[in-house]
Amino acid sequence: MSASAPLAEAARSRLPALRAAHPAQFRTVTPMRTAVAAVVLGMLALFVFSVWRLEIDWARLLAGFGRLFDFIPQMIPPGTTRGATWPTILHALAETLAIAFLGTLLAAIIALPVGFLAARNTTVNGAVRILSRRSLDGLRGIDALIWALIWVSVVGLGPFAGVLAIMTGDIGTFGKLFSEAIEAADRKSQEGVVAAGGSGAARVRFGVVPQVLPVLAGQVLYLFESNTRSSTIIGIVGAGGIGLILAEMIRTMEWEAVSLMILLILAMVAMIDFVSGRLRRRLIGGG
Amino acid sequence: MSGAALPLLGPERLQPLLAGYAAVRRAERQRLLLGGAIVLALALLAGWVAEVRPAVLWDRGGEFFGYFGRLFTLEAGRHAGTGVWNDPAEWFWGLGRWMRQLVDTLLMAYVGTLVGCLGAFLFGMLSADNLVRSAPLRWGVRRFLEICRTVPEIVFALIFVIAFGLGPLAGVLAIAIHTFGAQGKLFSEICENIDMKPVDGVVAAGASWPLMARFAVVPQVLPGFLSYALLRFEINVRGAAVLGFVGAGGIGQDLVEAVRKFYYNDVAALLVLIILTVVVIDLATGWLRRRLLGAELGQ
Repeated sequence: MSASAPLAEAARSRLPALRAAHPAQFRTVTPMRTAVAAVVLGMLALFVFSVWRLEIDWARLLAGFGRLFDFIPQMIPPGTTRGATWPTILHALAETLAIAFLGTLLAAIIALPVGFLAARNTTVNGAVRILSRRSLDGLRGIDALIWALIWVSVVGLGPFAGVLAIMTGDIGTFGKLFSEAIEAADRKSQEGVVAAGGSGAARVRFGVVPQVLPVLAGQVLYLFESNTRSSTIIGIVGAGGIGLILAEMIRTMEWEAVSLMILLILAMVAMIDFVSGRLRRRLIGGG
Repeated sequence: MSGAALPLLGPERLQPLLAGYAAVRRAERQRLLLGGAIVLALALLAGWVAEVRPAVLWDRGGEFFGYFGRLFTLEAGRHAGTGVWNDPAEWFWGLGRWMRQLVDTLLMAYVGTLVGCLGAFLFGMLSADNLVRSAPLRWGVRRFLEICRTVPEIVFALIFVIAFGLGPLAGVLAIAIHTFGAQGKLFSEICENIDMKPVDGVVAAGASWPLMARFAVVPQVLPGFLSYALLRFEINVRGAAVLGFVGAGGIGQDLVEAVRKFYYNDVAALLVLIILTVVVIDLATGWLRRRLLGAELGQ
């Protein structure tokens, strides 16, 4: 401290000169700071308005958290109840997996030709390309839960509606991913096929398909992972899977069954992630 | 076709090559067949478990398209029986109410994103390898974030509806918790990728942990944080639109009612409004993100 005192003294003595030489660096109010302050104030005002508009108040928050902390001890230890026995839970989990698997598979099969039609380098013509793009966007814009609601009112309650919901939502996602992968395909092998006298179909079959197939398979696996998550919740609107029992148990406040099911869902998701992650790495390595 | 004949390999050199090619092709084909058989078997099993009834789809598949037909056919008013676009006033009869619900949905997403991201901002730094020495603290924070992000948002909403009552508060909290978990992980990854030289410099000058975070970390990570937060806002708008299904506020409440009571025109109108809102928000946040990144690159 004492050793640095003369140094600090010397530095401070140079301050007025520095201030005069670089006035811009010493301004406290800069345009940037004003802008940041204005944005932060605006966000704060919007926050206050939202809290008022959404009727959030301290009394409700405190009472709610109090009730929440009452629930937590009841969640431990996890266990089964009369409404959720092991057979029903395991059957619901199997149903959830089946919904995710079939939904993903069907979506991939349907989206494959659409993906080729929507890709710039393999499409038939511009109008077809734009039409298929827009319809894919429309499918993708609607949440899986909304699709589930719609399919339930078409084919009735049950896991079949879930399969169809996962499928419809995913056709859009797959179509977009597939068409992007196809557009990113290396042109050299395609030019080779054309130079050797191949037709347009042969160019796609031998120049594009072998390149993109491992990529597409990887995307299918990746979406299967994400679909195991979505298919756990679509049961909430009656489209099969574990969501139905989970929602019921929450509404009847059978908390030990709720925590058991949440743990089982997490375990299942982690397992699927692990298996599909290994498969994907093999695909990328071997493809 | 024209020109000199191509020089061809003699059969004694061609044969082994052809045989080798055939063997490779055969092995490939066998692998493909095996994979196909496994997938088919799994699909059949899954179809049996998920009670897939193609007959039902065959019978009712028409209804699916019929459903969309009915969505877009007016059910009442002067133009009943024709396309909805003939009478927009009748189609969007509840526009005022729906717009208020949409605004509520957006506000839910906003408050949830803001609260969740602020929490994630702190906890993300607390779980970064290079900023916190204590391994148990990092481990604890990480597991906590993991639980918050792997339990689906709507499950939190279901639980919160029981604890806090019906209404947007449950939805806001569900969004905030999920956002907190998901962003915390992303934020900690950003923090782990920063340049450590400013941190060393500030620490060497005697700064405490909060000062180090403020002057060495925040300036580096802020653009990344903001960009991810905007992306999360986009995701949360989609999420907030369906939270109403379980009574957690927002436009989903009206949608689920319209679907269950077969008010076809309302379903169509609500879907159009939701999709439009999502598209507008995507465009707006995309523009903001590009400006943020542009400002960062410009400096």
